[in-house]
Amino acid sequence: MAEPAAHTEVPSEGHKAGFPPFQRETFASQLVWLVITFVLLYAVVAKFALPRVGGIFAARRERVEADLARARGLRDEADAALAAYEKALADAHSRGQAIASETHTKLTAEGEARRKALEAELNGKLAEAEKAIAGTKQSAMANVRSIAAEAAAAIVERLIGAAPAEPAVAAAVDDALKG
Amino acid sequence: MTVDPIHQFNIDKWFTIGTVGSREIAFTNSAMFMLIAVLSIAVLMIGFTHRQALVPGRLQSLAEISYEFVADTLRSATGEAGMKFFPFVFTIFMFVLFANVLGLLPYSFTVTSHIIITAALALLVFFTVIVYGFWKNGVRFLKLFVPSGVPGYILPFVVAIEVLSFLSRPISHSVRLFANMLAGHITLKVFGGFVTMIAGFGIAGWFGAALPLVMIVILTALELLVAFLQAYVFAILTCIYLNDAIHPGH
Repeated sequence: MAEPAAHTEVPSEGHKAGFPPFQRETFASQLVWLVITFVLLYAVVAKFALPRVGGIFAARRERVEADLARARGLRDEADAALAAYEKALADAHSRGQAIASETHTKLTAEGEARRKALEAELNGKLAEAEKAIAGTKQSAMANVRSIAAEAAAAIVERLIGAAPAEPAVAAAVDDALKG
Repeated sequence: MTVDPIHQFNIDKWFTIGTVGSREIAFTNSAMFMLIAVLSIAVLMIGFTHRQALVPGRLQSLAEISYEFVADTLRSATGEAGMKFFPFVFTIFMFVLFANVLGLLPYSFTVTSHIIITAALALLVFFTVIVYGFWKNGVRFLKLFVPSGVPGYILPFVVAIEVLSFLSRPISHSVRLFANMLAGHITLKVFGGFVTMIAGFGIAGWFGAALPLVMIVILTALELLVAFLQAYVFAILTCIYLNDAIHPGH
């Protein structure tokens, strides 16, 4: 048994038959151990190491994709909420405008109706007043006639000293009023 | 005091496990470092990821970076069809990388500085390519050696060259890694030898030894780069060769 780890500073008594890499008697041992370790390593790599690291990559990719999908979903939701809000706002706006214009037309119509009613009433009153005035005027005119006739009879009586005939005075007054 | 720069490559037998025919199978320092490499990779890939955190810590990031690095290398060379070789390429890359880097630790042993190991890995890739190529594509796999658009009269030469270059692949594949590891460690050890040798000359020697010491620091950084780079080169060549088996048409 040679010493395991003493081939650095050892003087050259060590090697037996020439250049170590070409010593054929060591080939069999090296090959046997190469086969053992290589097959072992291949098994470890193929069965455990690579599936595990590949699994880590797959899990990471999945997680990133899931997170991205979730973020996308949340963004869509936010967009939808914003759109709904804007739509509600626009609806409220247009409804407000509709109510305002409706109220406006209603009030205008009401005002118009009231104005018309008032006008009609006033017109009625005016007509009534005109009728009253016409009546008053007529009666006044009648009075004027009788007063004028009396006055004319009195004047004539004073001037001539005799009362004129009633029908003559009336005819004269009528003549004068017509003129 | 002289330092033998070759001694670090010695295979030290710790105990014998058995014999196959006339060959002795022993547990050696090389076997020990292969096991350490496997254990380290298991700790990196499984131990460091035990929390399976959504947001990785430093250690988990290391495991994830290793995974993604090899996966991207393989995918860019072979496309999605090559991903069934992911465990294979990952095992090769991590094994070579850890063998190279562990070898840089003082007093350690570099598994990949032995041609038999790199050759075995290169041949494993070579035969995987051939077997999978024929199993997947049948005779069409031979189109690999017949580039399209080559005039008929030089086609035999081109095919001969293609076959030759295909057959020489495991050689260049294995020798590249082996030679890089070997040369780097010898260089480090030679400069280390200079330090102890010059420092042995007394007070003046201590100042003189500073130069090779600085060189060792720089070379160690370079060797760390080479350790990673050669593992990467080995892995990417594996990917390129596998791509020939998956898509044999030029």
